Amino acid sequence: MSSPVKQRKLTVARAMAEAVAQEMRLDPRVFVMGEDIGPLGGVFGNTRGLHEEFGGARVRDTPISETAFIGAAVGAASDGMRPIVELMFVDFFGVCMDAIYNLMAKNTYFSGGKVRVPMVLMASTGAGYSDAGQHSQCLYATFAHLPGMKVVVPSNAYDAKGLMTAAIRDDNPVIFLFHKALQGMGWLGTEKGATVAVPEEPYCLEIGKAKTVREGSDVSIVSLGVGVHHALRAAQQLEKDGVSAEVIDLRSLVPLDREHVIASVRKTGRLIVVDEDYHSFGVSGEIIASVVEHDIGMLKARPQRVAFPDIPIPFTPVMEQWALPNAEKIVAAYQQMHEEQSR
Amino acid sequence: MTVPSNAQRLWMFEQMLVSRYLEESIERIYMEGKTPVFNMANGPIPGEMHLSNGQEPCAVGVCAHLNAEDIVTATHRPHHIAVAKGVHLNEMVAEIFGKKTGLSGGRGGHMHLFDARVNFSCSGIIAEGMGPAVGAALSRQLQGKPGVAVAFIGEGAANQGAFHETLNLAALWKLPVVFVIEDNAWGISVAKQASTAIERNYLRAAAYGMPGVFVPGNDAEAIFAAASDAIERARAGGGPSLIEIETSRLAGHFMGDGEQYRPAGEKEALQAKDPIPAYRQRLLELGVLDERAAEAIAARARGRVEEAVLFARESPYPAPEEALDCVFV
Ligand SMILES: Cc1ncc(C[n+]2csc(CCOP(=O)(O)OP(=O)(O)O)c2C)c(N)n1
Ligand SMILES: [Mg+2]
Repeated sequence: MSSPVKQRKLTVARAMAEAVAQEMRLDPRVFVMGEDIGPLGGVFGNTRGLHEEFGGARVRDTPISETAFIGAAVGAASDGMRPIVELMFVDFFGVCMDAIYNLMAKNTYFSGGKVRVPMVLMASTGAGYSDAGQHSQCLYATFAHLPGMKVVVPSNAYDAKGLMTAAIRDDNPVIFLFHKALQGMGWLGTEKGATVAVPEEPYCLEIGKAKTVREGSDVSIVSLGVGVHHALRAAQQLEKDGVSAEVIDLRSLVPLDREHVIASVRKTGRLIVVDEDYHSFGVSGEIIASVVEHDIGMLKARPQRVAFPDIPIPFTPVMEQWALPNAEKIVAAYQQMHEEQSR
Repeated sequence: MTVPSNAQRLWMFEQMLVSRYLEESIERIYMEGKTPVFNMANGPIPGEMHLSNGQEPCAVGVCAHLNAEDIVTATHRPHHIAVAKGVHLNEMVAEIFGKKTGLSGGRGGHMHLFDARVNFSCSGIIAEGMGPAVGAALSRQLQGKPGVAVAFIGEGAANQGAFHETLNLAALWKLPVVFVIEDNAWGISVAKQASTAIERNYLRAAAYGMPGVFVPGNDAEAIFAAASDAIERARAGGGPSLIEIETSRLAGHFMGDGEQYRPAGEKEALQAKDPIPAYRQRLLELGVLDERAAEAIAARARGRVEEAVLFARESPYPAPEEALDCVFV
């Protein structure tokens, strides 16, 4: 009896843990530090099984001392180790940003390229489950704005594994931002499209390459993380109205694959950027500027952005859900463009 | 050792009961809409929920010495302290439900409770309340106004930079502030001995030249006595102090926590030492309470919680667009 070859699907959490475990088996310099990343396996499940396999010396629960252990990771990385550290929620960067942006991100430059800081800082992002304004932010732009660190944001388990492996092997610091709504933790509710087939063997995705996840000819919807899934839903809705939407998953903010976005907009002539981070001074502004700067003549309509308003993230679901990007808002953004054009 | 008056004892007992009944109600209501599938986003109380069951003595033993004008900052686990500080209960519960009538109109939720009428606030970043407590104490000193500030933190927060910086600053400037560590032995899944290089955090006070005391036993009256000394010192211009309290977290870190990290039997042992029945027994033995009076107090406490929950349930949600208000005044 032959059974069809089943493709193994993994959650983003499991894909991340698998990438880390495989690199730890291959490279004794790789080790993990963070709060509750040991026996618990991480609040978001992305270090599950590591403590069991590698023990407490290489998978270290830390005190609630982010300045100390992230600073320590910089020192260990510069001394030949390859630390992976977790900042449980990206919102907590406030207590330790100095180690991140003044040390981790700058030591290579300050040393004239002689000091390497091969570390990965992973942090959860995202809203949608009423965790209020100190546990729900994305802050993509905050990190991407500051030179010297790569920033990746996967939207699914396949990309998460490939980007994590690449991040660990990279000789530069990499910030790995994973969205809680994609993680596959039972208690959070998960976007179905994030749990996808993942090869067992280790593989790298090149950091800095965007991906067209849906081809289309009328509008380019550019997003990252959970926004990609909103964009795909919007594209399906638009298709019913005879509109062909292309969806681009940025996957990496630093480096930013501007060429990929520009090539798409050259084809479609219309651009919508979807970002769960705050509206102003962020990813949406950067993408639009990159296109306009390149060739304003490509655009058939004013570009649109669907982002989080410039307010702290409210607790109550009626406000939070109202403020978050979703497929309906993306469709409305397209309709706005369309109306303006036909006027 | 300062002994509470009988009136203070009854007050402490009643506030502990209000707090516990509140947590028990929240625990029940939190699960509405979250079965059979537990998804934090669902139900009338969505989001993270950190219950304070077991830690009530810390709140009442300290707050028994405070007036509305005194300042309190609390943590992600704030309910027992809010109750003891006199935060408006109906509005607090409405905030936890995300209602328009809540303390912040639903913008803050359970980790961000603000009641300026009684100078209470809390926040969700570890050790974050310490700076503001020191600053409020400085403000009172500069203005020559009465009042002390109390910063409550968990034992996990004693390893955060802000802890060390604020202790030094408060001692340097001799500010009227008291730091209270609620040591429940756990920071999420990490046991204190796995995160803290010394056995007792009160010893750290010596590094900053301030008095530090350890209060074992999760006992409201022992906490009352230690807090009396510290708060009197602060009011008299004697500067800051640190109080480390041995307490217990009878619930999980947050609702939905599987608690597999706890050693077998720990939870049962802690339950057996639940401070509220123990204090009730003590008051009965002291003759401060009889069964009838105890029942009457319990009924009143339950009634307050029921009223607050009803108020919250019946209150309307805010309009979504109100999200845009209050970013600036
Ligand atoms: C700066 C920062 N780091 C990490 C966290 C995540 N976190 C929330 S509660 C908690 C444990 C806190 O332990 P403790 O201070 O002992 O308080 P308890 O939960 O026991 O009341 C952690 C690590 C946070 N909120 N802020
Ligand atoms: Mg604790």
